[in-house]
Amino acid sequence: MDIATNFEAIVRGDKEIFPPYLYEAYQSTRLRAPRQPLVEIPLTISELTGPGPYISRVAPEDADLTRNSGTGGEAIGQRIIVTGRVLDENGRPIPNTLLEVWQANASGRYFHERDQWPGPLDPNFIGMGRCLTNEQGEYRFLTVRPGAYPWKNHTNAWRPAHIHFSVFGPNMLSRLVTQMYFTDDPLHNLDPIMSSVPAGKAREHLIAAYDHNVTEEEWALGYRWDIVLGGAGATPFENEAAKTKEAKEVKSR
Amino acid sequence: MSKLPLTSSSTVGPFFSIGLLTKDMMRPALAGPETEGEPIRIEGRVLVGAGEPVVDALLEIWQANASGCYNHPAGQTTGTLDPNFSGFGRTGTAKDGSFWFETIKPGPVPFEGETLQAPHINLTIFSRGLLNHLATRLYFEDEAATASDPVLQKVPAERRSTLLARQDTGATGSGGKTVYRFNIIMQGEGETAFFNL
Repeated sequence: MDIATNFEAIVRGDKEIFPPYLYEAYQSTRLRAPRQPLVEIPLTISELTGPGPYISRVAPEDADLTRNSGTGGEAIGQRIIVTGRVLDENGRPIPNTLLEVWQANASGRYFHERDQWPGPLDPNFIGMGRCLTNEQGEYRFLTVRPGAYPWKNHTNAWRPAHIHFSVFGPNMLSRLVTQMYFTDDPLHNLDPIMSSVPAGKAREHLIAAYDHNVTEEEWALGYRWDIVLGGAGATPFENEAAKTKEAKEVKSR
Repeated sequence: MSKLPLTSSSTVGPFFSIGLLTKDMMRPALAGPETEGEPIRIEGRVLVGAGEPVVDALLEIWQANASGCYNHPAGQTTGTLDPNFSGFGRTGTAKDGSFWFETIKPGPVPFEGETLQAPHINLTIFSRGLLNHLATRLYFEDEAATASDPVLQKVPAERRSTLLARQDTGATGSGGKTVYRFNIIMQGEGETAFFNL
């Protein structure tokens, strides 16, 4: 047998929540999705640890994408605040964990050499942000609303406005890279990447809510988006009483 | 209390370097002269079945230090922390799909009871076209404990070799480091065994 009998059914974790590796409408998955079944392994200290707790290399200005280009200038576009909590599946906040975000500028162009469509670049916008959650698991970014982005997946293909999020959490099981979308976008149902996520709650969960309590007068519109990471309920095969010590930020090289 | 549904996953897309390969988070070199342990260099390529390079993959590694201790609150049941070793590395593939890490060979870490796992490095792969990341492990072919490792045993026998890094005796890394070769094949002939994590 050289391919799994149901190649399309290969999913990591809960298939009601996570997309399959192969999603035909998103063409790049055809060449990159694994064809062999994923291997079930026992959870050991290797999976129940991870780099999340020690990475803390963030400067406060990293969370302001409107002013972190290094030019001293301010990005053009609708200024928005994106905030929310990072939680585990039991609803407990995950403090001091790193979030890394990246996005297109207000015209839908990425500051990247491989993005060459004729949307204008903004010299004052790189589209990179980082922050750590606070003790309550809260994060907050100030940015501009990204534009829709054309891509070559199919004829007249446009990605809905989105922000890419990368989150570590406490262990290897909590590692997540995902995309946050905005409400009331007519491109949602036309997007194969968004449609690869099971319809209903899992997909709706990826859409940030407009929150007028987050909006600041004469400053920025507010969006709220919570992230729920796995791994909290995981227990090792059998573990000796773990000596808990603080992880330390050590020298990087 | 009822469980909250998890947030779904998505691809990193083609432009992740903007957010994930920022200057201080690009970390192919984890170990320096002061790090305890045997310095090693891992070299490989990320490929798809027909042998085409994956030019836009992001790799992350996570490993114990030379004494078998992870730099994590739950990871210090064995060994001691090394102040000169974080255990975390991240890099992107080059135009030919190649990557490298310079690190140290990890020590064995606990399994159940008194038993140990063979030295290994945990690997996570992200790329355009991957709606979920891929997780696997790198083992060392020349470690006696590898063949009987309890996690590697869960991988079907005919696929275990996809997780073995082989010493490249014809190559030497800077400072006389041992070089191990390890390719990741995302799909097709020789496909790497990935875990459901």
